[in-house]
Amino acid sequence: MVLDSKVPGGPLESKWERHKDELKLVSPANKRKFEIIVVGTGLAGASASATLAELGYNVKTFCIQDSPRRAHSIAAQGGINAAKNYPGDGDSIFRLFYDTIKGGDFRAREANVYRLAQVSNNIIDQCVAQGVPFAREYGGYLANRSFGGALVSRTFYAKGQTGQQLLLGAYSSMMRQVNAGRISLFTRREMMDLVLVGGKARGVVVRNLVNGKLESHSAHAVVLATGGYGNVYFLSTNGMNSNVSAIWNAYKKGAFFANPCFTQIHPTCIPVHGRYQSKLTLMSESLRNDGRVWVPKSPGDRRPADEIPEKDRDYFLERKYPTYGNLTPRDVASRNIKQVCDEGRGVGSTGYAVYLDFRDAIKRDGIETIEKKYGNLFDMYEKITGQNAYKTPMMIYPAVHYTMGGLWVDYNLMSTIPGLFVLGEANFSDHGANRLGASALMQGLADGYFIIPYTIGGYFAGTSLEDINNTHPAFEDSKRQVDQRIERLLSIRGHKTVDEFHRELGKILWDSCGISRNEMGLLKARDEILALRDRFWDDLLIPGRKEDLNQSLEKAIRVADFFDFSLLMIEDALHRKESCGCHYREEYQTEEGEPKRNDEEYAYVSAWEYQGDDSPPTLHKESLIFEFVELTERSYK
Amino acid sequence: MKGLNLTLKIWRQKGPDDPGHFETYTLNDVPPDISFLEMLDLLNEKLTLEGKEPVAFDNDCREGICGSCGALVNGVAHGPLKNTTLCQLHMRHFKDGDTIVIEPFRARPFKVIKDLIVDRGAFDEIIKAGGYISVNTGQAPEANSIPVSPKDAELAMDAAICVGCGACVAACPNASPMLFVGAKISHLASLPQGKIEAKRRTLNMLKRMDELGFGNCSNHRECEAQCPKGISITNIAKFNREFFKASLFSHET
Repeated sequence: MVLDSKVPGGPLESKWERHKDELKLVSPANKRKFEIIVVGTGLAGASASATLAELGYNVKTFCIQDSPRRAHSIAAQGGINAAKNYPGDGDSIFRLFYDTIKGGDFRAREANVYRLAQVSNNIIDQCVAQGVPFAREYGGYLANRSFGGALVSRTFYAKGQTGQQLLLGAYSSMMRQVNAGRISLFTRREMMDLVLVGGKARGVVVRNLVNGKLESHSAHAVVLATGGYGNVYFLSTNGMNSNVSAIWNAYKKGAFFANPCFTQIHPTCIPVHGRYQSKLTLMSESLRNDGRVWVPKSPGDRRPADEIPEKDRDYFLERKYPTYGNLTPRDVASRNIKQVCDEGRGVGSTGYAVYLDFRDAIKRDGIETIEKKYGNLFDMYEKITGQNAYKTPMMIYPAVHYTMGGLWVDYNLMSTIPGLFVLGEANFSDHGANRLGASALMQGLADGYFIIPYTIGGYFAGTSLEDINNTHPAFEDSKRQVDQRIERLLSIRGHKTVDEFHRELGKILWDSCGISRNEMGLLKARDEILALRDRFWDDLLIPGRKEDLNQSLEKAIRVADFFDFSLLMIEDALHRKESCGCHYREEYQTEEGEPKRNDEEYAYVSAWEYQGDDSPPTLHKESLIFEFVELTERSYK
Repeated sequence: MKGLNLTLKIWRQKGPDDPGHFETYTLNDVPPDISFLEMLDLLNEKLTLEGKEPVAFDNDCREGICGSCGALVNGVAHGPLKNTTLCQLHMRHFKDGDTIVIEPFRARPFKVIKDLIVDRGAFDEIIKAGGYISVNTGQAPEANSIPVSPKDAELAMDAAICVGCGACVAACPNASPMLFVGAKISHLASLPQGKIEAKRRTLNMLKRMDELGFGNCSNHRECEAQCPKGISITNIAKFNREFFKASLFSHET
């Protein structure tokens, strides 16, 4: 099978307009005849549900939480990028496009990224109209701030709760359509399987998390907006319920999985406190606008921060990257933080932390200014650590935050399964090997508000679909298989809890497929995971029944998929014999220790095809052709 | 740091039809640096290994923003620390030897689903009735075409930070959701974009709130005291003003 990205021809600036003109349309009367399933209610899922319903489609929307407003997009803090150039500091659609594609270390598709930059401005307009209370200047106009990987101020924000405000905007638009009867909302449902009829995506099987019943839902197309899989590492900044299962099920039904090893490790998170840690908390990247990152110059210097004089401090990001300083992109910052800690210069009780110091900013701008900008983040830091960051520097360490990999999609956001569309973090499309700050929110909303509403119409208008409903035998088959897997998990009745296995899996991945990777470590990790997976299926203990609200069972189903998925991650990390963005293969580095890309051999998207549980997956390659930008060494010095 | 030895009295309820009861557990050597929910994780690991059913509780982001978690801790929604969700409450705020009583948010419209999990679908119902600005995707004008004073933007933001956890309802002797409703009304009515349909929004949300069986506000102010986001009761006053305007001048029903 040849991967066809379906990127339209013509100049970069006019591809999307031209494509929209060429897409076939569905008449308003016919839209009513189409049903669309949307799984997930984060920024991508909620915005897609709302917009598709406004257009007249019948939408069925599913989420695992008790309310669609709780999807994990809500936790995004810092902001959302757009190329408005309100500050007049030289920004443009091209520059946002260029920064994003360079930030992704030239491993994303040019045309998709350019379209993202184009619609970024519409997103801000839409959100303001919905009542999103973005920060304002004294004159009443929208305020901007700068973020990592950019030399302009293009980030719009609502205090440190931008994700929350954008999600509530999308959620309320969606609830308006629920009220209008155009969206049927199903909460506390988890997708267990994708159902294909005649090779096309025609529905899902979901588990009702309250009573354990498996339910079948049919539609003319299925849209997955189920987020990322960072929780495969056990510890991450993801919500506790975030998982890979929905897209993993789709993969097993024939959707290709792209770049699974591309995981973003965010540099500024609160360090791990101990064995019982259940998740990690991000401290917004915006803090790096004013906070200075440093460690002591000499290893083993255990003096308290305020007793270490200037001459004994190493502001290592400012020293190594004078142009971007503390605002280097996330992968660069994370790698450097790990490096200084590995040298024994880390701080805090574990030695796996660095300082993020506001002393100089407070001296310069006054405590009130800093409080106004970051007050809620400082409060959160104090709640978690018990320390006052106005007085002593914050301590931070990198943590798993976002997954650039996801299901492969073409320019229409359709996967290799006809009728299966994938949006937001769940797809691979726009961030290449590293995502820049404040661009996840942008992508989720671009996909949902401004892309899928056009492209799904093109699919319907150009496809003939059998008239089926959820009594089709494919649904019964799928339910039976799901039920068998659940039975198998429950019948193990071993001695270890699902969290114990998950924690162990996470540690293996963090050590060998985290901030840096090498072949030996990856091969060893693969053996360890295979052995651990055997133990999981042999010794797992799940209390309770399947016909009930059973959170241990929910976790076990997800962790079983994480095990299978982690092997694909390792496979992908092993095969990519270059360093790019977040994928830092120690064998491939420059003399200065920076990642060394290999554009001759690896300028492609890896897209893996499932071949059965016992056979290795097949690798397909989508070559990345750069017509409009020149591939350069990605330097932030 | 020394671990805490705790006695936990936790509400156990198999389902909506089960009358429910308190169970007492002891949990020793709890690290003070872990969060309240991590303490419950610890208990659940122990219960699972003992062959018992773990305590069911809603949670997701564990960063105080998704609004999933929440329980009455010693009678107070989200526990003793002001302006803090349960997931952000850490065990360092408890003492060795403490007895902690943990029960679900209790209110007629919030039926218990299991243990500490309650059904807060009524909040979605209220938003559905009007908690939005009616604008379709693509209709929006250029974002800077309508300036908003930073003061109004801040007022809106201070109300918009509501996480929809339901603590206000659980804290109120009348099970009134007025802080939740007032915050949404106030958020949208503070902005020029939201003023146009303010009357209709206010009346529709209030009507739905009554239909769902919530009580009304009689100024106990417990909601404000127990709100994990510190949302001010002035939002209820703002709601009352909007309601007054709406009932006097509106021709819509």
